[in-house]
Amino acid sequence: MRSDTDIQQDGKVLSDRVLEKTGVAVARCYQCGKCSAGCPLASEMDFPPSQIMHLLQLGDFPEMAEKALRSHTIWLCLTCEICYARCPMEIDIPKVMDALRHESLAQKKVNPKARGILAFHRAFLDSVRYTGRLFEMGQVIDYKLRSGHFLQDLLQAPWMFFVGKLHLLPERIRDRRLLGRIFARIAKTRENRP
Amino acid sequence: MKTGFYPGCSMKGSAREYSESLLAVARELGRELPEVPDWNCCGATAAHNIDTDLALALPARILAAAEKDGMNEVLVPCAACYSRLSVTRHELLDDEALRNKISGLVEADYQGTAKVVNIIEWLASIPDLEAWVKKPFAHRVACYYGCLLVRPPGVVKFDRPEEPQSMDLLLKKMGAEPIDWAFKTECCGAGFSVSRTDLVAKLSGLILEDAVSRGAEAVIVACPMCHLNLDMRRPQIEKQVGKKINIPVIYITQALGLAMGIPARKLGLQRHKVAVKLSPRTAES
Ligand code: SF4
Ligand code: SF4
Repeated sequence: MRSDTDIQQDGKVLSDRVLEKTGVAVARCYQCGKCSAGCPLASEMDFPPSQIMHLLQLGDFPEMAEKALRSHTIWLCLTCEICYARCPMEIDIPKVMDALRHESLAQKKVNPKARGILAFHRAFLDSVRYTGRLFEMGQVIDYKLRSGHFLQDLLQAPWMFFVGKLHLLPERIRDRRLLGRIFARIAKTRENRP
Repeated sequence: MKTGFYPGCSMKGSAREYSESLLAVARELGRELPEVPDWNCCGATAAHNIDTDLALALPARILAAAEKDGMNEVLVPCAACYSRLSVTRHELLDDEALRNKISGLVEADYQGTAKVVNIIEWLASIPDLEAWVKKPFAHRVACYYGCLLVRPPGVVKFDRPEEPQSMDLLLKKMGAEPIDWAFKTECCGAGFSVSRTDLVAKLSGLILEDAVSRGAEAVIVACPMCHLNLDMRRPQIEKQVGKKINIPVIYITQALGLAMGIPARKLGLQRHKVAVKLSPRTAES
């Protein structure tokens, strides 16, 4: 069971890798369910936050860790911080969700239902990388190309333009080269990570 | 004491009335708010969803630029940007090795001297704010804090995470009557405005329905994302709940501006999706 390479990188189970990256020990969770009770999107999730904690606690069984990494939950989590604020064990669940998203991406295990959300994040970061800021119109167009959701929101654009909220040209920062270097350095360290 | 201003991307675009009203109020109060030099986007939800180093590097570059410019504090009116900048400062002050690593990434020697301040803290720090009120904002209001002004408590160290009061106190100073309600710190759907509008309509619908059912005349916000979801997404919200909801959503700086007698146009009230029509009334009625 401990031979699954995806789950057992560096001979460590997923919860250990989460601990290493975030300092958050999911073992401390005693399954009170308070996080799931307050989570605004628990009803939309395949596993509410307390169950994600449980899957990680059972991470000796690779299929449990796998479920967490392939879950829709990790992409639906809004980082609203309600769970963390209410957890009696002060477990930083949103931080765990971040770490799970990063692993899920690296291992190409992103839940197909989350493709739209991910396309949005990528379009957002592309805008930041090339202009230093978010160019709202450029990002929405980029997102539409990536996600294929062309029609949605199109009717909103003329109104936004009319009230002066939408700009046709991006604002650019002066030191865009530095931004380019930051993104490049981070891409490089990510390649070197296991 | 030098206070810098970090507008963030939305205050330059979809939330420009937040910036307009803040600057109009600051001018009246005689406060200067120079922008952080050559500021970049904080990375928002996208960055921390994708990569931790990026999520720390983008705000670190902003904070380092403010520090280099001699700013002692940075006012960050967008609650979402405020969260990213606060989390970054907190984590980098907590961990020297991480601070050095991120400093290297952004080619600056980040020390963490500039404090990160939200709009409520900034307004609350103005002595005798009441004295500036010429036309009391005499309306029943629902103060909506959202998620990131008060959470996570260990990072923002501001007000209390459940049933906060700071915004209510400010609105009282403006002559308003804040209501008790259940959705002060519930989530509006945040960054899903474009990618999962359906979920935003659902969550924001619950917030507006509670405010209306308890007799609020306006919802007061301090975050461009909350405004976008509660105001611009109103057609989708109405479709979701199956009825018309007319309650306007007003930035705290717009409410203050009105109370100070600044004309509505200067506060950008004409830019809202939901018309801001408040019937005049006396504080007693
Ligand atoms: S609130 Fe904390 S202890 Fe309770 S189930 Fe959630 S993570 Fe576990
Ligand atoms: S941070 Fe995520 S998991 Fe926690 S309550 Fe909010 S949406 Fe749910």
